[in-house]
Amino acid sequence: MSQGTLFDKVWDLHTVGTLPSGQTQLFVGLHLIHEVTSPQAFAMLRERGLTVLFPERTVATVDHIVPTENQVRPFQDVLAEEMMQALEHNCQDHGITFHNIGSGNQGIVHVIAPEQGLTQPGMTIACGDSHTSTHGAFGAISFGIGTSQVRDVLASQTLALGKLKVRRIEVNGALPPGVYAKDVTLHIIRTLGVKGGVGYAYEYGGTTIDAMSMEERMTLCNMSIEGGARCGYVNPDQVTYDYLQGREFAPKADQWEQAVAWWQSLRSDANAVYDDVVQLDAADISPTVTWGITPGQGIGVDESIPQLADLPEGDRAIAQEAYAYMDLQPGMPILGTPIDVCFIGSCTNGRISDLREAARIAQGRQVAPGVKAFVVPGSEQVKQQAEAEGLHKVFEAAGFEWRQAGCSMCLAMNPDKLEGRQISASSSNRNFKGRQGSASGRTLLMSPAMVVSAAIAGKVADVRSL
Amino acid sequence: MTQVTQLSGRGLPLTGDDIDTDRIIPARFLRCVTFDGLGDQVFADDRAQTGGDHAFDQAQYQGAEILVVNRNFGCGSSREHAPQAIARWGIKALIGESFAEIFFGNCVAMGIPCVTATSEVVHKAQQWIQAHPQDALTLDLTTLTVQFGDQTLPVTLADGPQRMFLEGMWDACGQLVAQADAVRQTAAQLPYVTWSVAK
Repeated sequence: MSQGTLFDKVWDLHTVGTLPSGQTQLFVGLHLIHEVTSPQAFAMLRERGLTVLFPERTVATVDHIVPTENQVRPFQDVLAEEMMQALEHNCQDHGITFHNIGSGNQGIVHVIAPEQGLTQPGMTIACGDSHTSTHGAFGAISFGIGTSQVRDVLASQTLALGKLKVRRIEVNGALPPGVYAKDVTLHIIRTLGVKGGVGYAYEYGGTTIDAMSMEERMTLCNMSIEGGARCGYVNPDQVTYDYLQGREFAPKADQWEQAVAWWQSLRSDANAVYDDVVQLDAADISPTVTWGITPGQGIGVDESIPQLADLPEGDRAIAQEAYAYMDLQPGMPILGTPIDVCFIGSCTNGRISDLREAARIAQGRQVAPGVKAFVVPGSEQVKQQAEAEGLHKVFEAAGFEWRQAGCSMCLAMNPDKLEGRQISASSSNRNFKGRQGSASGRTLLMSPAMVVSAAIAGKVADVRSL
Repeated sequence: MTQVTQLSGRGLPLTGDDIDTDRIIPARFLRCVTFDGLGDQVFADDRAQTGGDHAFDQAQYQGAEILVVNRNFGCGSSREHAPQAIARWGIKALIGESFAEIFFGNCVAMGIPCVTATSEVVHKAQQWIQAHPQDALTLDLTTLTVQFGDQTLPVTLADGPQRMFLEGMWDACGQLVAQADAVRQTAAQLPYVTWSVAK
């Protein structure tokens, strides 16, 4: 059992008590809600005559269903409009802050909470969305939850949970050129598997992680769930504090020093005990691309699609399913795979640093004929910042469409969808069958820089050779 | 609240690892404000693609109540719409080699037991159901066994969830709400509660 880790310390500080089942009742410091997983939870509250216990610790936005082209209300999709209205009414009825479209603060829930300084070290954070693990980048313990648990948090600001084990994943060394945080996470998932993290919180550390910016750490923690870990985190450090200072909801003036001291005290002890430790070398990581139907089916861009015989026995059935669905042959290089659609955005890679890097590569180049390429900022603030820097002009000149903030084609609950057998190069987080809105559509996950490379070449291309 | 101690019903074998929640309920069906009607849409795309040959469509499995799956079932999105769709189709319990954590938590909160078993036990159960689709299996949460035909085999469920089902405490909401004073005390001791207020 782990001892002295940030996870242990934060868990203990937030423990309200032990429930009759033996589970822990854990206080939730920040509850983020959105239109998809909350309406049924509010309905359950009404059925039970309950109310929201800590509305001031609950923050709402709308992201999954928002159109990224025409955001005029009422939305053309009547179902989306109904969800939007339900969220507006629920927030109004319960006194919950709602960052609506046009407020300047709307965006993907995992983009807006960090950028407003709501996400802080040592907090527990819950949201009815599996990518809540993103907030772990700050040294918060953050979980995705289902709708019944959203109800529980609304009603009690707590969750009934069993404690997780802690695995330290240590990555050391400088990242090679063209290798990004996205490649690190795809490499980790490839190495440990999509179910390797079940039952664990992942603590990411080592010199590679220390050298990452907050936005890179968010990309890394974001995809913990794709590795099976419900929660992933990085110990807070000067990079964290520098990012937070001055943000709207970060501690101010006299509270700042006190806050930093508290955050510092929560870092995992030098002699902390972990349930498991994994060591990885940054030099082994290449620009990584998924070829299959799980995020664990990733390979270096210069590798070939694995042969069945080269895979562990337990991975063969899903590999066969993937060859058939993707219509890709084992032994074929992934490099040169033709691409129809290029998507840059999502809670994984829709932040300003992602867009800056994508624009740097797109600058002076052209999207290949026949490729649909578009960029969706993760939030209204990201959009505003990108436009202030002229990034949208770079993208448009290169042939990318420039859209408004939302989840867009990551999960296609909105008008942005693949069609038929289209194959996308996507900076998002899931390549599941049908994930991007067409039941037979195909997704290759990669870094935003690699998506730009694919857009320009019209096929999977190595960003290092551009 | 209802105690869940033993469940008997016909089985439904759904083979394959890493069946994610996007497949269980594609995202377009999440455009809703209630869970009503999700039962008809469970595995919508997989079923359409197999032209009626999906386990959820096969005549012999209609009315089944115990779903038997393989590894990492329910991975991906946190959408409770996934277990809701499965439950509204008629499933009352799941047996699998392993479950993704959020999916498992959602099932507990809904009163749907998810128990794990070794690969060997799961394969035996799936094969037995295929040979005996009209016969019932019995899942016993007290003894942690599954019985089918003349076989009684072990299943696993962590102590906490087991107690929640056996004692009818799987819906934690009431217990959590009852501790509101203790919750306020815990909150008051956390420094950030005074530093950061959303409004």
